[in-house]
Amino acid sequence: MAADGKMTPTEYISHHLQNAQIGEGFWTVNVDSLGMAIVLGSFFVWLFAYVGRKATTGVPGKLQCFIEMVVEFVDTSVKETFHAKSKLIAPLALTIFVWIFLMNLMKLIPVDFFPLFWGLLGITVASGMGKGEVSEGAGVIARAMDHPWSYMKAAPTTDLNVTLGLALGVFVLIIFYSVKHKGLGGFVKELTFTPFNHWALIPFNLVLELVTLIAKPISLSLRLFGNLYAGELIFILIAMIGLFQLPLHFAWAVFHILVIILQAFIFMMLTIVYLSMASEKH
Amino acid sequence: MDINATLIGLMIAFVVFVLFCMKFVWPPLNNAIEERQKKIADGLAASELAEKDLEQARKQADDELKAAKLEAATLIDQAKKRAAKLVEEETQRGHAEREKIIASGYAEVEAERNRVREELRKQLGVLAIAGASKIIEREVDAQKQSDIVEKLVAEL
Repeated sequence: MAADGKMTPTEYISHHLQNAQIGEGFWTVNVDSLGMAIVLGSFFVWLFAYVGRKATTGVPGKLQCFIEMVVEFVDTSVKETFHAKSKLIAPLALTIFVWIFLMNLMKLIPVDFFPLFWGLLGITVASGMGKGEVSEGAGVIARAMDHPWSYMKAAPTTDLNVTLGLALGVFVLIIFYSVKHKGLGGFVKELTFTPFNHWALIPFNLVLELVTLIAKPISLSLRLFGNLYAGELIFILIAMIGLFQLPLHFAWAVFHILVIILQAFIFMMLTIVYLSMASEKH
Repeated sequence: MDINATLIGLMIAFVVFVLFCMKFVWPPLNNAIEERQKKIADGLAASELAEKDLEQARKQADDELKAAKLEAATLIDQAKKRAAKLVEEETQRGHAEREKIIASGYAEVEAERNRVREELRKQLGVLAIAGASKIIEREVDAQKQSDIVEKLVAEL
């Protein structure tokens, strides 16, 4: 980065795509993704638990109405797709839907606001941490963007770790439900004797079924990540074109409202579908 | 964009949130919704029942009204007949009374007349005799005057 704080487009893009990290190697933690995910998840459980605790069976207030609308929407989706009895599946779907929705929603915060806020906070309370690539004489904004805290990103779902974490959680549940409903033997048999019911084709079946199985969490996580990451990239690109970015930002943000809800819904729906497939006997 | 420990942290957070949701979020909300649904269903059933009751009550009221109207009509009819009869009776009685009074009036008048006539006849007879006596004092011819007296008496 140049000493006067001017970023080249490449630097700008890579700066905005970089997560704020702590640690080395595999044990690195993306502070921004994990922090925002936990904050938003906590907000979700707090809000819903708060409303649930105060819920009346009489005439509900507006907030309760809204929360109940979401709950009922999720409940209907679950009941339509998942036919086995389970106390876990509906709360799981609700958590996935609302949590992912909130994490996606953070994308509507303009791309510069969040890094700038953290960068300014950084040079105010922890000015010693600056990388020192920008001279003291440069502007406040340039110094703020040079601060490591300015790597904070608002939308956790643009981080592959987050989406993969969610998908792996679902993957564990898929295996758990498969074993629970079909038995360990049934699950192994499903992996080895379908689609071709012959002992000589066991290796072939195994490869086929394992790919099918593993494709589920991979596709689940990559779909969400890809949509959100690409959207984020476009936001960043739009942010670089000067004054014309305003109408473009608006248009892309409006379009993204759809993506935000749709991706959260797809993730939830596919989770339900995968789990219902896992718990169905053939 | 490397896979790193964030993944593990997120999975832990995921499990915690799902468990929390399962314990403290879903049951109260779902209970509230289901209870309200039951309440609404009960309310609807009750309103349906009430509607039926209302229909029945309305029908009953209708019937009673009809019966009352019929009774009232009968009563009025009876009253009219009775009134007519009373008037008829009263009129007849009045007529009879009138006849009676008139008849008794006539009888009285007749009796009085007879009495007066008798009186007059008597007095006239006396008067006639007196007149006759006067005449006789002058010219007694009983044979000649008797026919006059008889004529007088017959004329009375």
